[in-house]
Amino acid sequence: MLADFRAWALDDLATSRRQAAWGRRYRIWLALKANPLAMIGMIIIGLCVILALLAPLLAPHDPAIQDLENRLARPTAEHLLGTDELGRDILSRLLYGGRITLGIVVAVVIMVAPVGLAVGTIAGYFGGWVDKTLMRITDVFLAFPRLILALAFVAALSPGVESAILAIALTAWPPYARIARAETLTVRNSEFIEAVAMTGASSWRIILRHVAPLCVPSLVVRVTLDMASIIITAASLGFLGMGAQPPSPEWGAMIATAKRFILDQWWVALSPCMAILLVSLAFNFLGDGLRDVLDPKQD
Amino acid sequence: MNQRAKSFAATLGSVLVTLFGLSVITFMIGRVMPVDPVLAAVGDNAPADVVAAARAAMGLDDPLVVQYWSYISNVLQGDLGQSVLTRNPVVSDIAHYFPATLEMATLALILATLLGVPAGIVAAVKRGSLTDQIIRVVCIAGHSVPVFVLALLGLLIFYVGLDLVPGPGRQGFIYDGMVPTVTGILLIDSLLAGDMGAFWDAAHHLALPVLILAYFSMAYITRMTRAFMLDALKGEFIISARAKGLSGWKVVMGHAFPNVAVQLITVLALTYAGLLEGAVITETVFAWPGLGQYLTTALMNGDMNPVVGTTLVIGAIYVGLNLLADILYRVFDPRVK
Amino acid sequence: MLVDIENLRIAFESNGKRFEAVRGVSFKLEARQKLGIVGESGSGKSITARALMRLLPPQAQVTADRMRFDGIDIQSQSEREMRKLRGGRAGFILQDPKYSLNPVKTIGNQIAEAWRTHNKGGKKEAREAALDLLEQVMIRDPKRVLDAYPHEISGGMGQRAMIAMMLAPNPTLLIADEPTSALDASVEAEILRLIDELVDTRNMGLLLISHDLPLVSHFCDKVSVMYMGQVMEELAAGELAQAKHPYTQGLLNCLPSLDHPRTDLPVLTRDPSWLEEKAQ
Repeated sequence: MLADFRAWALDDLATSRRQAAWGRRYRIWLALKANPLAMIGMIIIGLCVILALLAPLLAPHDPAIQDLENRLARPTAEHLLGTDELGRDILSRLLYGGRITLGIVVAVVIMVAPVGLAVGTIAGYFGGWVDKTLMRITDVFLAFPRLILALAFVAALSPGVESAILAIALTAWPPYARIARAETLTVRNSEFIEAVAMTGASSWRIILRHVAPLCVPSLVVRVTLDMASIIITAASLGFLGMGAQPPSPEWGAMIATAKRFILDQWWVALSPCMAILLVSLAFNFLGDGLRDVLDPKQD
Repeated sequence: MNQRAKSFAATLGSVLVTLFGLSVITFMIGRVMPVDPVLAAVGDNAPADVVAAARAAMGLDDPLVVQYWSYISNVLQGDLGQSVLTRNPVVSDIAHYFPATLEMATLALILATLLGVPAGIVAAVKRGSLTDQIIRVVCIAGHSVPVFVLALLGLLIFYVGLDLVPGPGRQGFIYDGMVPTVTGILLIDSLLAGDMGAFWDAAHHLALPVLILAYFSMAYITRMTRAFMLDALKGEFIISARAKGLSGWKVVMGHAFPNVAVQLITVLALTYAGLLEGAVITETVFAWPGLGQYLTTALMNGDMNPVVGTTLVIGAIYVGLNLLADILYRVFDPRVK
Repeated sequence: MLVDIENLRIAFESNGKRFEAVRGVSFKLEARQKLGIVGESGSGKSITARALMRLLPPQAQVTADRMRFDGIDIQSQSEREMRKLRGGRAGFILQDPKYSLNPVKTIGNQIAEAWRTHNKGGKKEAREAALDLLEQVMIRDPKRVLDAYPHEISGGMGQRAMIAMMLAPNPTLLIADEPTSALDASVEAEILRLIDELVDTRNMGLLLISHDLPLVSHFCDKVSVMYMGQVMEELAAGELAQAKHPYTQGLLNCLPSLDHPRTDLPVLTRDPSWLEEKAQ
């Protein structure tokens, strides 16, 4: 079965478009598998996703239950990573915090990818002043430091997870639009698009049914590369008190609170720090490996 | 020559459009603020007619275009409004806090360049070797960790653990206010005052935040240097340089690197812009009295004028650095002429 | 004996696949002799020349029974000793001055650098030497070219500058790797004539690599025809008409001729048996 797939995908004389596409994907996978850092990253991400999804089953304690008698406790068998300033179990909070981080990433991607895709394909397909206007707007957003703009947006919207997601999305879409536009330009004048146009299909239909699907693979790659920076921005917003708000076990917010005890109860801050470090490192390892495989000559 | 002037005019035009966009976005952010500026001015319990009068007086009933016009003309006259917290004009606050950020970010850029460029060159020359791998992992780690995590870990290790550096802050309290402010940059001011004690104290306090920021931004410099160098080393002119009998080192530094140096200017300008962003967060960890601290304090308190003003200024610096990179590129690359 | 190569083999390995680009090439070049190596692209002629200067990337696996330059065993030389040979004893002219000259350094600096690498002297002397060399390669307005960047001069002038650069240390062998194929046809003859004259007046040996068989035979004493990493035939330039090997004949036959116009040029048919390795 697997051997069949291998032979079929690696066939140099692919007979169908689908076979060629799978061949390309399979080769990317093979190259990625040969990159130890990328594989480590992938395994860590997989583990984190599982841990976050199973948090209700795995967490030894309720992340919200306070135990003021036992606050800022050192790690024990009962509380493997100790307790925070309200006596809550840090390990449980980390596990639940993973869900929030994961949720933010997913929400941002769901919002950003379609917007970027729409802006990019429309700009690329119609060209002319539509293209110029849309790309100018994109450039304006790109000209901002991302975090500062997100901070200002959140401040205007009132701090919270939802505003953080919205703000990150508002600052994250321009690169997607650029990629989608570049992809659109490469297929814009190809014969099969002309053929579809001659059947009488409307521009919107062509964009939606024929151009957009071709842009998706590059966007997927970009999403993977972008996830680390989404996580970092989300955590930074949380840390600055502009993202998830205190009772929430979001990692950045946890660190912001734990920062006050760093001189005496350093372990309270250390575990969420390590959690963010591990996850963003993993995403970067994977992204870096992916970039190497897909575009060896690029940075 | 004409061609050159034309392409430069196009760049300038796009800079102006970007600045315009910047002002529109900051204006919008200021308009949808959660704190009602009228109530903030007249008090929560003011009667309705007072509120309405204040509203009209503040121009908030005017069409958005008119409001934008008054906003942009104020900005162009250097008026960014007043901070509710400090009761100072935002412009003078920014002028007061900016030197601390500038000092930290500039030193970090210098350190990051001194470490990152050679690391990138070595990684490119020894591509695929263990050295290359180590440089890569060290750099990814620096870049993929949020800078506040780096900063906290740095404090834990070098201050709490090893006691090598002083704790948060820009000055030891005995030096606080001892050096007259001239440039706002403590290293320079203390030297101007001839106070070596204050100088070393300031340097001591700068060490850790600068190190953290430099490590944070080194990754991008190293990665780009490596990529550019790999590209340059593939050139045919490298073969001819070797065919002349030059040593490996002379080929790398004398022939490959000069091709890369110009491109690196752009990278450094972008890094500097990114450093400002990193500085905002680092400052909150190190209680550094800079622009970032000012911005975050204003954010927490819903003090919108400083938020909008600081965002506008940082955005403008960002755009300015990009323009500078473009100009330097034109000046230094013989191929552009 | 200037160059003596016996059974040179060069292989590259990528993704576990080994590819032999040069398979048992041998040739000899006496002092003041001119040898042309002719072949299609991919025949291995360029990397043979680069192997002689040890300019191939480290992945290249080079073996030879004998590879000598002026009696020196190339394979056993240290990198430091090789550097004295490169440029100093043998100059190497590359194909396209647009890529082979460093785009961000002035022509004068690049020539002066070559001079200073192999001669003792200060910056001023090197600059004077560079100017002198530019005059020797008969460049127009040498003073201006001295301070020009490569993109500011034409391809023909660039190639003259390249020649000047490689002549700077006064080598005994000049290797020219397709020195005119990136240039306009009108400049081609000038450059080749220049190389020819310089080689004669300076008593150098010449290794001229090209895909143009009649051109090479015009400038060289003998011609070596390469195909797929092997030497098919070596013959004196004057005896081209008596070429025995079908590949050489095929190459000659493919050329359009003004004297005998034809409607169709014949297509070269290749015989796999040519590639069977000849018994050593």
